[in-house]
Amino acid sequence: MIDFKLPSLGADMDQGKLLQWHVKPGDSVKRGQVIAVVDTSKAAVDVECWDDGTVHQLVVQPGETVPVGTVLATLLAPGEAAPAAAQAPAAQGTTGPAPAGPTTAGPATIAAVAAATRPPVSPSARKRAQELGLAVEALQGTGAQGAVTLADVEAAAAQGAVAATPADRAQAMRRAIAAAMSRSKREIPHYYLSESIPMAHALAWLQQRNEGQAITERILPAVLQLKAVALALQRVPQLNGFYRQDQFDMSGAVHAGVAIALRGGGLVAPALHDVQAKPLAQLMRELADLVQRARAGSLRSSEMSDPTITVTNLGDQGAESVFGVIYPPQVALVGFGTVAPRPWVVDGEVRALPLLTASLAADHRVTDGHQGALFLAALRELLQTPEQLETT
Amino acid sequence: MSKDRAQLKATALAVLRGIAPEVDPGDIEPAIPLRQQVDLDSMDWLNFLIGLHQRLGVDIPEADYARLVTLDNVLDYLQARLP
Repeated sequence: MIDFKLPSLGADMDQGKLLQWHVKPGDSVKRGQVIAVVDTSKAAVDVECWDDGTVHQLVVQPGETVPVGTVLATLLAPGEAAPAAAQAPAAQGTTGPAPAGPTTAGPATIAAVAAATRPPVSPSARKRAQELGLAVEALQGTGAQGAVTLADVEAAAAQGAVAATPADRAQAMRRAIAAAMSRSKREIPHYYLSESIPMAHALAWLQQRNEGQAITERILPAVLQLKAVALALQRVPQLNGFYRQDQFDMSGAVHAGVAIALRGGGLVAPALHDVQAKPLAQLMRELADLVQRARAGSLRSSEMSDPTITVTNLGDQGAESVFGVIYPPQVALVGFGTVAPRPWVVDGEVRALPLLTASLAADHRVTDGHQGALFLAALRELLQTPEQLETT
Repeated sequence: MSKDRAQLKATALAVLRGIAPEVDPGDIEPAIPLRQQVDLDSMDWLNFLIGLHQRLGVDIPEADYARLVTLDNVLDYLQARLP
């Protein structure tokens, strides 16, 4: 009898949740075959069997969370007869020798961490899976290139696939965020700058622009800020791109990763593409769509993989400023606080004016404070002339 | 509360739940600022007003946003402008 145990899938994993079995008692399995899907809290992982054999008993049921090393299932080695009391069919006369060498002495399982190569999921499938509470990563896709389709989700639901509870997902996301942010703080030498930006003119301009527009055509100040960031990055492009394999790849296009808080906790920062090239009205439509889809869990893979910088706005609930943690492999994060009347000196006199605190967290491997300061100065200047944000 | 107002309130709360599904309509205090009771960012708030506009056909100019703070404010405003 061979024990199929829950393997450790990383130094920070001490337990895992079985999401799904791909086999049932009596199935013959081959070494290297994916037979289970386990949620490690960061990602769903396909777990492979390390031996040839026949499934004897599934010990752990989908939905159970167990420590690393727990026996998930038992297998009969080729030629091994089932114990007398067992209901499982006997191995069908297979006579081949047991796998030789270190495989039999080694761990009973190996794991394939498949997060990077996971088949795509159609947006409608992802949305439906979320409605049903299914872990879409655990489903078998039948679409092009193994894509998980709406039909796959419905089929899995009909078969009673295991639902991940919202609490599970929230906890898993919390851990994934912690892992990414720990990596950032470990690898990226951050520096931080901030700048107060007078917003009276920009807000007045926006108010005038929105006046007389249908409510669906009005623009939020956040869109002005995004456009200003993109244009300021045209002047200081060293803040826009990816740091990979010890070198910086600058990006001409600004794909702004917009930090979006999810209801129930956690956040995602999917990309709003080519912000530097789009008119405000288009950016507003695309931002509204992005926020809606982020919260519905139907983001596209390109949006998750290619933001060249992150922009976070925590001003809605009153934070005066935010000093963010850079999301690797990006090299900068721009933060906006709340716009509120504050004392400001104009012509030697103190006046109350609406002010915005913009901050920059940037990567010392690529830039110094000097470039960062140039960026914030450009940002401030652009927000004083909102007219030039409209179309350029 | 008149029947119309009760209906209006049900509509407003339905729109709100479309944006913030975690909201229990029974928990909303009509005289306390909505954004103190429900976690709504500026995009959510805009979507709430867009939803009311689309359901009820009431125009809500941006200049009036500042008057719409509590659920009562919203219902008063809508009731006065229903087509």
